[in-house]
Amino acid sequence: MSRIVVHGLEKSYGDARVLERVNVTAEAGEFLSLVGASGCGKSTFLRILLGQEQQSSGVVIVGDGPIVPEPTPQRGIVFQRYSVFPHLTAMQNLLLVEDFRSGGPFGRVFGARRRKARQEAEAMLARVGLAHARDLYPASLSGGMQQRLAIAQTLLGRPQILLLDEPFGALDPGIRVEMHDLLTELWTEHGMTVVMVTHDIGEAFKLGTRVLVFDKVRHDPQFPSAYGATITYDLRLDRKTRASSHHLAKVAAMVGTTRPETAMATTAS
Amino acid sequence: MLVKGMSARDEASETGGEGTTRPSRPRPKVRLRMINAKVSRGSALFLGGLPFLFVAIVYLIASAQRLAVNPSDKLLPSPAQMWSAFLDLATVPDRRSGDLILWVDTYASLLRLFAGVGVATFAALSLGIAIGFIPRVRAFLLPFVTVVCVIPPLALLPILFIALGLGETAKITLIAVGVAPVMVRDIANRVMELPSELVAKAQTLGGNSWTMVLRLVLPQVMPRLITCVRLALGPAWLFLIAAEAIASTEGLGYRIFLVRRYLSMDVILPYVAWITLLAVITDWLLVRLSQAMSPWAHPLEAR
Repeated sequence: MSRIVVHGLEKSYGDARVLERVNVTAEAGEFLSLVGASGCGKSTFLRILLGQEQQSSGVVIVGDGPIVPEPTPQRGIVFQRYSVFPHLTAMQNLLLVEDFRSGGPFGRVFGARRRKARQEAEAMLARVGLAHARDLYPASLSGGMQQRLAIAQTLLGRPQILLLDEPFGALDPGIRVEMHDLLTELWTEHGMTVVMVTHDIGEAFKLGTRVLVFDKVRHDPQFPSAYGATITYDLRLDRKTRASSHHLAKVAAMVGTTRPETAMATTAS
Repeated sequence: MLVKGMSARDEASETGGEGTTRPSRPRPKVRLRMINAKVSRGSALFLGGLPFLFVAIVYLIASAQRLAVNPSDKLLPSPAQMWSAFLDLATVPDRRSGDLILWVDTYASLLRLFAGVGVATFAALSLGIAIGFIPRVRAFLLPFVTVVCVIPPLALLPILFIALGLGETAKITLIAVGVAPVMVRDIANRVMELPSELVAKAQTLGGNSWTMVLRLVLPQVMPRLITCVRLALGPAWLFLIAAEAIASTEGLGYRIFLVRRYLSMDVILPYVAWITLLAVITDWLLVRLSQAMSPWAHPLEAR
């Protein structure tokens, strides 16, 4: 629903440069998968899009204007961990969205609006298959259920852009496939722009409409942190190329972590 | 099929409990490392009671020996003497003032204690959250609180008595000043330890600084705050008794230090036990309060 334009983005921590010369334009409704070796800055890039961190230089435009340098309801986020509020039950976690949005100084809505929010939350719980867990605290939910709750909560916030930071990284393979289907369905329903960071190349190819590879192109053997990573490969996928083993192998070689066969299996699932 | 090394009781429970359909697999008795050996509920109760029993027995023997030599010995009174002295204070009105001394003392002391700790708790909550959550307030107040933390509160006592007079204000202030800085720092630390993911997420859901304090920070630090109060009650009693010992006309600490002049161990010992009891009950109530207010933080107890 909202486009993202990044031009000449650079990010350094002191002397260490993490990202450099990052240019990318994502149209509204695209699903971007970001892959790359560990520590190559793809999560940093996501945190910049979230507003948790600021770029050292360059332009980031989200929607109609420059990015607001703090997290806002325009951009929703699901982290790998700590994504739901442990002191609230599943239901309360979802109600919190409306409470924050229009609860005023008490951070709580009352009366008819609360009833409406409750209905909406019930529907969303049922949608992600958590209706039976509405009164449980996150500590007694499994990892997959927690992530489903986190996604439901984020979607209730109606973000224009959904940011996912390795959302399924801590889940079992079987649960992961389930979550892929759920996410694909929800993305089709809501049509927001999605940016997902993942270690799993198969997942990147399966879910994304576009795969971006982050890597370092310049190396200084005397001072390894002199140069940062940039986008080295930008692959648009359609139905035909989606499962192309050629592309998969190429990206797997660039990232250098996952074996192509496992990635193929994930993509096919 | 009694297997060597397996006790008869294990055998009985396994065959009796599950029936004969499932073949009971003999479990060899393994000698676990000390750190892995579990303690059953009964033996935990027994082990926990042992030190109390030990102290009681040592006291009874020592007291009986002294009293056998000199029946009017005041240093180690018998339980009967202590009980009658305690009962006198609790039920017989004082000849001069007509008060029931124990209850007057208890009321006065608890009022001071709770007022002092209450003020400190409020300060810990408001200042701690502000320091932990808002960088500008942290820059403004954290160095000051850190320095105040290391001032020995008892050294401030004369200053408080001079500045605030010998009344209640000085005593309550001493307790509050004594425990508040540590509590403020602790709560501030706890707030700073909140996962940044949660704070970011709350913002993406539309929370502003104030509503995030209400809906995220406050409930998250509540269990820690109650733990803080529990830990602070120890020093709080110390400051209370110190303040009462120096300038007071009633209170548990005042009474103990008053009767010290007459070597009235038969009053001092029950008073110390009474104070201990009050402290234990307060602590237990706080644990229950924490469980009631933040069930999510006590998953084991809730089950």
